[in-house]
Amino acid sequence: MDTIVLYVIAGAGLLASVLKDRAKTKTALLKAAKAFEGILPQFLVVLVLVAATLAVLDTATISRFLGKGSGAWGVLGASLVGAITLIPGFVAFPAAAALLAAGAGATQIAAFVSSLMMVGVVTLPMEMKYFGKQAAILRNALAFGFSLVAAIFVGWVVGL
Amino acid sequence: MKKILKRYTSVLVAAIAFVAFILLFPAWRGKALDSIAFQTKTMFLLIPPIFILLGLLDVWVPREKMIRYMGPGSGPKGSILAFLLGSFAAGPLYGAFPFAAVLMKKGASFMNILIFIGAWSTTKIPMLLFEISALGARFALSRLAIDIVGIIIIAFAIKMALPRKEVERLYAEAEKID
Repeated sequence: MDTIVLYVIAGAGLLASVLKDRAKTKTALLKAAKAFEGILPQFLVVLVLVAATLAVLDTATISRFLGKGSGAWGVLGASLVGAITLIPGFVAFPAAAALLAAGAGATQIAAFVSSLMMVGVVTLPMEMKYFGKQAAILRNALAFGFSLVAAIFVGWVVGL
Repeated sequence: MKKILKRYTSVLVAAIAFVAFILLFPAWRGKALDSIAFQTKTMFLLIPPIFILLGLLDVWVPREKMIRYMGPGSGPKGSILAFLLGSFAAGPLYGAFPFAAVLMKKGASFMNILIFIGAWSTTKIPMLLFEISALGARFALSRLAIDIVGIIIIAFAIKMALPRKEVERLYAEAEKID
Protein backbone atom coordinates (compact mmCIF):
# COMPACT_ATOMS: atom_id res chain seq x y z
CA MET A 1 0.00 0.00 0.00
CA ASP A 2 2.85 2.29 1.03
CA THR A 3 4.80 1.19 -1.99
CA ILE A 4 1.93 1.69 -4.42
CA VAL A 5 1.55 5.33 -3.32
CA LEU A 6 5.25 5.83 -3.84
CA TYR A 7 5.17 4.32 -7.33
CA VAL A 8 2.18 6.43 -8.34
CA ILE A 9 3.93 9.63 -7.22
CA ALA A 10 7.24 8.71 -8.83
CA GLY A 11 5.49 7.58 -12.04
CA ALA A 12 3.50 10.81 -12.30
CA GLY A 13 6.61 12.88 -11.67
CA LEU A 14 8.59 10.97 -14.23
CA LEU A 15 5.84 11.32 -16.84
CA ALA A 16 5.54 15.06 -16.28
CA SER A 17 9.31 15.37 -16.49
CA VAL A 18 9.57 13.44 -19.77
CA LEU A 19 6.83 15.54 -21.33
CA LYS A 20 8.56 18.74 -20.28
CA ASP A 21 12.17 17.96 -21.02
CA ARG A 22 13.66 14.68 -22.18
CA ALA A 23 17.30 15.60 -21.60
CA LYS A 24 16.66 16.79 -18.07
CA THR A 25 14.78 13.59 -17.28
CA LYS A 26 17.74 11.58 -18.45
CA THR A 27 20.02 13.57 -16.15
CA ALA A 28 17.60 12.96 -13.28
CA LEU A 29 17.66 9.21 -13.86
CA LEU A 30 21.44 9.20 -14.11
CA LYS A 31 21.64 11.10 -10.84
CA ALA A 32 19.23 8.61 -9.28
CA ALA A 33 21.39 5.69 -10.37
CA LYS A 34 24.56 7.38 -9.12
CA ALA A 35 23.00 8.22 -5.76
CA PHE A 36 21.89 4.62 -5.43
CA GLU A 37 25.33 3.23 -6.19
CA GLY A 38 26.74 5.67 -3.64
CA ILE A 39 24.74 4.15 -0.81
CA LEU A 40 24.74 0.53 -2.03
CA PRO A 41 27.54 -0.79 0.25
CA GLN A 42 25.86 0.56 3.41
CA PHE A 43 22.57 -0.65 2.07
CA LEU A 44 23.74 -4.22 1.66
CA VAL A 45 25.24 -4.25 5.16
CA VAL A 46 21.93 -3.05 6.58
CA LEU A 47 20.12 -5.76 4.64
CA VAL A 48 22.22 -8.47 6.27
CA LEU A 49 21.94 -6.90 9.73
CA VAL A 50 18.16 -6.67 9.45
CA ALA A 51 17.84 -10.25 8.25
CA ALA A 52 19.93 -11.63 11.11
CA THR A 53 18.15 -9.50 13.73
CA LEU A 54 14.70 -10.47 12.53
CA ALA A 55 15.62 -14.15 12.43
CA VAL A 56 16.40 -14.02 16.14
CA LEU A 57 13.69 -11.51 17.07
CA ASP A 58 10.76 -12.66 14.97
CA THR A 59 7.20 -11.49 15.55
CA ALA A 60 6.40 -14.42 17.85
CA THR A 61 9.46 -13.76 20.04
CA ILE A 62 8.72 -10.05 20.17
CA SER A 63 5.12 -10.76 21.13
CA ARG A 64 6.23 -12.98 23.99
CA PHE A 65 8.60 -10.27 25.12
CA LEU A 66 6.06 -7.46 25.04
CA GLY A 67 3.25 -9.52 26.51
CA LYS A 68 5.25 -10.65 29.50
CA GLY A 69 7.16 -7.61 30.59
CA SER A 70 5.31 -5.29 32.90
CA GLY A 71 6.17 -2.12 34.76
CA ALA A 72 9.17 0.07 34.05
CA TRP A 73 11.36 -2.84 32.94
CA GLY A 74 8.70 -3.95 30.50
CA VAL A 75 8.58 -0.48 28.98
CA LEU A 76 12.36 -0.30 28.71
CA GLY A 77 12.53 -3.77 27.19
CA ALA A 78 9.82 -2.92 24.68
CA SER A 79 11.74 0.21 23.64
CA LEU A 80 14.95 -1.76 23.23
CA VAL A 81 13.24 -4.36 21.05
CA GLY A 82 11.70 -1.58 18.97
CA ALA A 83 15.05 0.15 18.61
CA ILE A 84 16.91 -2.83 17.18
CA THR A 85 14.21 -4.23 14.93
CA LEU A 86 13.01 -2.94 11.60
CA ILE A 87 9.48 -4.06 10.87
CA PRO A 88 7.08 -2.36 8.47
CA GLY A 89 4.01 -0.80 10.08
CA PHE A 90 1.59 -3.08 8.31
CA VAL A 91 3.16 -6.04 10.14
CA ALA A 92 3.81 -4.29 13.45
CA PHE A 93 0.41 -2.65 14.01
CA PRO A 94 -1.75 -5.79 13.74
CA ALA A 95 0.71 -7.66 15.98
CA ALA A 96 0.57 -4.82 18.50
CA ALA A 97 -3.24 -4.78 18.31
CA ALA A 98 -3.38 -8.52 19.01
CA LEU A 99 -1.12 -8.01 22.04
CA LEU A 100 -3.28 -5.19 23.35
CA ALA A 101 -6.36 -7.38 22.99
CA ALA A 102 -4.52 -10.13 24.86
CA GLY A 103 -3.95 -7.81 27.79
CA ALA A 104 -0.53 -6.24 27.20
CA GLY A 105 -0.09 -2.73 28.60
CA ALA A 106 -0.68 0.24 26.29
CA THR A 107 2.47 1.90 27.64
CA GLN A 108 4.64 -1.06 26.62
CA ILE A 109 3.04 -1.25 23.19
CA ALA A 110 3.47 2.50 22.69
CA ALA A 111 7.14 2.24 23.72
CA PHE A 112 7.66 -0.50 21.16
CA VAL A 113 5.83 1.30 18.33
CA SER A 114 7.54 4.64 19.02
CA SER A 115 11.08 3.35 19.14
CA LEU A 116 10.41 1.01 16.22
CA MET A 117 9.63 4.05 14.08
CA MET A 118 12.06 6.64 15.41
CA VAL A 119 15.11 4.61 16.37
CA GLY A 120 17.04 2.54 13.85
CA VAL A 121 20.07 0.78 15.26
CA VAL A 122 20.50 -1.57 12.32
CA THR A 123 20.14 1.23 9.79
CA LEU A 124 22.87 3.30 11.48
CA PRO A 125 25.42 2.54 8.74
CA MET A 126 23.16 4.29 6.22
CA GLU A 127 22.32 7.17 8.50
CA MET A 128 25.98 7.78 9.33
CA LYS A 129 26.90 7.88 5.66
CA TYR A 130 24.74 10.99 5.16
CA PHE A 131 24.66 12.54 8.62
CA GLY A 132 27.98 11.57 10.13
CA LYS A 133 28.59 9.49 13.24
CA GLN A 134 27.93 12.30 15.69
CA ALA A 135 24.54 13.43 14.41
CA ALA A 136 23.31 9.89 13.71
CA ILE A 137 24.15 8.55 17.16
CA LEU A 138 22.80 11.67 18.81
CA ARG A 139 19.52 11.45 16.91
CA ASN A 140 19.03 7.81 17.78
CA ALA A 141 19.88 8.32 21.45
CA LEU A 142 17.49 11.27 21.74
CA ALA A 143 14.76 9.41 19.87
CA PHE A 144 15.19 6.44 22.19
CA GLY A 145 14.84 8.61 25.28
CA PHE A 146 11.88 10.36 23.74
CA SER A 147 10.09 7.13 22.87
CA LEU A 148 9.99 6.35 26.60
CA VAL A 149 8.38 9.73 27.29
CA ALA A 150 5.93 9.22 24.44
CA ALA A 151 5.05 5.78 25.80
CA ILE A 152 4.23 7.13 29.24
CA PHE A 153 2.07 9.86 27.71
CA VAL A 154 0.19 7.48 25.40
CA GLY A 155 -0.27 4.98 28.22
CA TRP A 156 -1.72 7.76 30.36
CA VAL A 157 -4.11 9.01 27.65
CA VAL A 158 -5.32 5.51 26.78
CA GLY A 159 -5.92 4.84 30.47
CA LEU A 160 -7.98 8.01 31.04
CA MET B 1 38.98 -2.03 -8.88
CA LYS B 2 40.88 -1.58 -5.64
CA LYS B 3 38.66 1.36 -4.81
CA ILE B 4 35.52 -0.65 -5.39
CA LEU B 5 36.87 -3.48 -3.27
CA LYS B 6 37.61 -1.06 -0.45
CA ARG B 7 34.13 0.43 -0.57
CA TYR B 8 32.57 -3.01 -0.38
CA THR B 9 34.82 -4.43 2.36
CA SER B 10 32.12 -4.00 4.98
CA VAL B 11 29.64 -5.83 2.73
CA LEU B 12 32.04 -8.75 2.43
CA VAL B 13 32.54 -8.85 6.19
CA ALA B 14 28.79 -8.73 6.78
CA ALA B 15 28.16 -11.45 4.20
CA ILE B 16 30.77 -13.75 5.73
CA ALA B 17 29.35 -13.12 9.19
CA PHE B 18 25.87 -13.93 7.91
CA VAL B 19 27.00 -17.21 6.33
CA ALA B 20 28.78 -18.11 9.57
CA PHE B 21 25.61 -17.23 11.48
CA ILE B 22 23.37 -19.56 9.46
CA LEU B 23 25.97 -22.35 9.58
CA LEU B 24 26.47 -22.06 13.34
CA PHE B 25 22.81 -21.68 14.28
CA PRO B 26 20.79 -24.09 12.16
CA ALA B 27 17.74 -23.32 14.32
CA TRP B 28 17.63 -19.79 12.90
CA ARG B 29 18.69 -20.76 9.37
CA GLY B 30 15.21 -20.96 7.86
CA LYS B 31 14.06 -17.73 9.43
CA ALA B 32 17.25 -15.88 8.53
CA LEU B 33 16.97 -16.90 4.88
CA ASP B 34 13.25 -16.07 4.74
CA SER B 35 13.99 -12.77 6.37
CA ILE B 36 16.78 -11.81 3.98
CA ALA B 37 14.56 -12.68 1.01
CA PHE B 38 11.71 -10.61 2.40
CA GLN B 39 13.92 -7.63 3.26
CA THR B 40 15.66 -7.71 -0.11
CA LYS B 41 12.29 -7.69 -1.83
CA THR B 42 10.98 -4.80 0.29
CA MET B 43 14.09 -2.71 -0.09
CA PHE B 44 14.51 -3.20 -3.80
CA LEU B 45 10.83 -2.54 -4.38
CA LEU B 46 11.11 0.74 -2.49
CA ILE B 47 14.36 1.92 -3.99
CA PRO B 48 13.42 2.78 -7.57
CA PRO B 49 10.63 5.28 -6.78
CA ILE B 50 12.56 6.95 -3.95
CA PHE B 51 15.69 7.46 -6.01
CA ILE B 52 13.72 8.55 -9.09
CA LEU B 53 11.99 11.18 -6.95
CA LEU B 54 15.24 12.47 -5.54
CA GLY B 55 16.74 12.59 -9.03
CA LEU B 56 13.75 14.61 -10.26
CA LEU B 57 13.98 16.89 -7.23
CA ASP B 58 17.64 17.48 -7.92
CA VAL B 59 17.05 18.36 -11.56
CA TRP B 60 13.82 20.34 -11.40
CA VAL B 61 13.90 22.31 -8.15
CA PRO B 62 16.27 25.26 -8.46
CA ARG B 63 18.51 26.03 -5.52
CA GLU B 64 17.10 29.54 -5.07
CA LYS B 65 13.59 28.16 -4.70
CA MET B 66 14.63 25.60 -2.11
CA ILE B 67 16.50 28.26 -0.14
CA ARG B 68 13.49 30.56 -0.28
CA TYR B 69 11.04 27.88 0.89
CA MET B 70 13.15 25.77 3.24
CA GLY B 71 16.39 27.66 3.74
CA PRO B 72 17.71 29.26 6.95
CA GLY B 73 15.53 32.36 6.46
CA SER B 74 12.32 30.53 5.69
CA GLY B 75 11.00 30.67 9.26
CA PRO B 76 8.10 28.62 10.58
CA LYS B 77 6.71 28.26 7.04
CA GLY B 78 9.82 26.35 6.01
CA SER B 79 9.55 24.07 9.02
CA ILE B 80 5.88 23.36 8.31
CA LEU B 81 6.76 22.54 4.71
CA ALA B 82 9.52 20.19 5.89
CA PHE B 83 7.08 18.55 8.27
CA LEU B 84 4.44 18.03 5.58
CA LEU B 85 7.00 16.74 3.10
CA GLY B 86 8.10 14.11 5.62
CA SER B 87 4.54 13.24 6.65
CA PHE B 88 3.31 12.60 3.14
CA ALA B 89 6.25 10.37 2.39
CA ALA B 90 5.93 6.63 2.26
CA GLY B 91 8.38 3.92 3.16
CA PRO B 92 10.73 3.20 6.03
CA LEU B 93 13.07 5.75 7.55
CA TYR B 94 16.14 4.67 5.62
CA GLY B 95 14.44 6.05 2.50
CA ALA B 96 14.53 9.51 4.07
CA PHE B 97 18.32 9.78 4.38
CA PRO B 98 19.30 10.05 0.70
CA PHE B 99 16.34 12.36 0.17
CA ALA B 100 17.45 14.59 3.04
CA ALA B 101 20.93 14.76 1.53
CA VAL B 102 19.53 16.19 -1.70
CA LEU B 103 17.49 18.72 0.28
CA MET B 104 20.71 19.73 2.06
CA LYS B 105 22.52 20.06 -1.23
CA LYS B 106 19.76 22.33 -2.47
CA GLY B 107 20.07 24.61 0.54
CA ALA B 108 17.39 23.56 3.03
CA SER B 109 18.35 24.56 6.57
CA PHE B 110 19.68 21.95 9.00
CA MET B 111 16.75 22.49 11.36
CA ASN B 112 14.30 21.80 8.54
CA ILE B 113 16.24 18.70 7.53
CA LEU B 114 15.94 17.40 11.09
CA ILE B 115 12.20 18.12 11.13
CA PHE B 116 11.82 16.35 7.79
CA ILE B 117 13.61 13.25 9.13
CA GLY B 118 11.54 13.32 12.30
CA ALA B 119 8.26 13.60 10.41
CA TRP B 120 9.24 10.84 7.98
CA SER B 121 10.09 8.56 10.88
CA THR B 122 6.90 8.90 12.81
CA THR B 123 4.01 10.99 11.54
CA LYS B 124 3.37 9.48 8.12
CA ILE B 125 -0.27 9.97 7.13
CA PRO B 126 -0.88 6.59 5.40
CA MET B 127 0.58 4.78 8.41
CA LEU B 128 -1.47 6.89 10.82
CA LEU B 129 -4.73 5.76 9.23
CA PHE B 130 -3.57 2.21 9.55
CA GLU B 131 -2.54 2.73 13.15
CA ILE B 132 -5.96 4.18 14.02
CA SER B 133 -7.74 1.16 12.61
CA ALA B 134 -5.39 -1.30 14.36
CA LEU B 135 -4.77 0.33 17.74
CA GLY B 136 -7.59 2.82 18.10
CA ALA B 137 -7.90 6.57 17.64
CA ARG B 138 -6.98 7.37 21.23
CA PHE B 139 -3.69 5.47 21.00
CA ALA B 140 -2.74 6.72 17.53
CA LEU B 141 -3.72 10.36 17.98
CA SER B 142 -2.12 10.78 21.37
CA ARG B 143 1.04 9.27 19.94
CA LEU B 144 0.84 11.66 16.99
CA ALA B 145 0.41 14.65 19.31
CA ILE B 146 3.36 13.80 21.55
CA ASP B 147 5.50 12.85 18.55
CA ILE B 148 5.05 16.25 16.92
CA VAL B 149 6.37 17.82 20.13
CA GLY B 150 9.18 15.27 20.17
CA ILE B 151 10.23 15.93 16.59
CA ILE B 152 10.67 19.63 17.34
CA ILE B 153 12.51 19.02 20.64
CA ILE B 154 14.85 16.46 19.06
CA ALA B 155 15.54 18.74 16.09
CA PHE B 156 16.41 21.64 18.41
CA ALA B 157 18.56 19.46 20.64
CA ILE B 158 20.59 18.06 17.73
CA LYS B 159 21.03 21.50 16.22
CA MET B 160 22.26 22.87 19.55
CA ALA B 161 24.52 19.94 20.36
CA LEU B 162 26.15 19.48 16.98
CA PRO B 163 29.23 21.66 16.45
CA ARG B 164 28.93 24.19 13.66
CA LYS B 165 31.94 22.67 11.96
CA GLU B 166 30.30 19.26 11.78
CA VAL B 167 27.16 20.74 10.19
CA GLU B 168 29.33 22.55 7.64
CA ARG B 169 31.13 19.30 6.91
CA LEU B 170 27.81 17.50 6.32
CA TYR B 171 26.70 20.22 3.91
CA ALA B 172 30.00 20.05 2.06
CA GLU B 173 29.55 16.28 1.85
CA ALA B 174 26.00 16.68 0.47
CA GLU B 175 27.32 19.21 -2.03
CA LYS B 176 29.40 16.43 -3.58
CA ILE B 177 26.32 14.42 -4.56
CA ASP B 178 26.10 14.58 -8.27
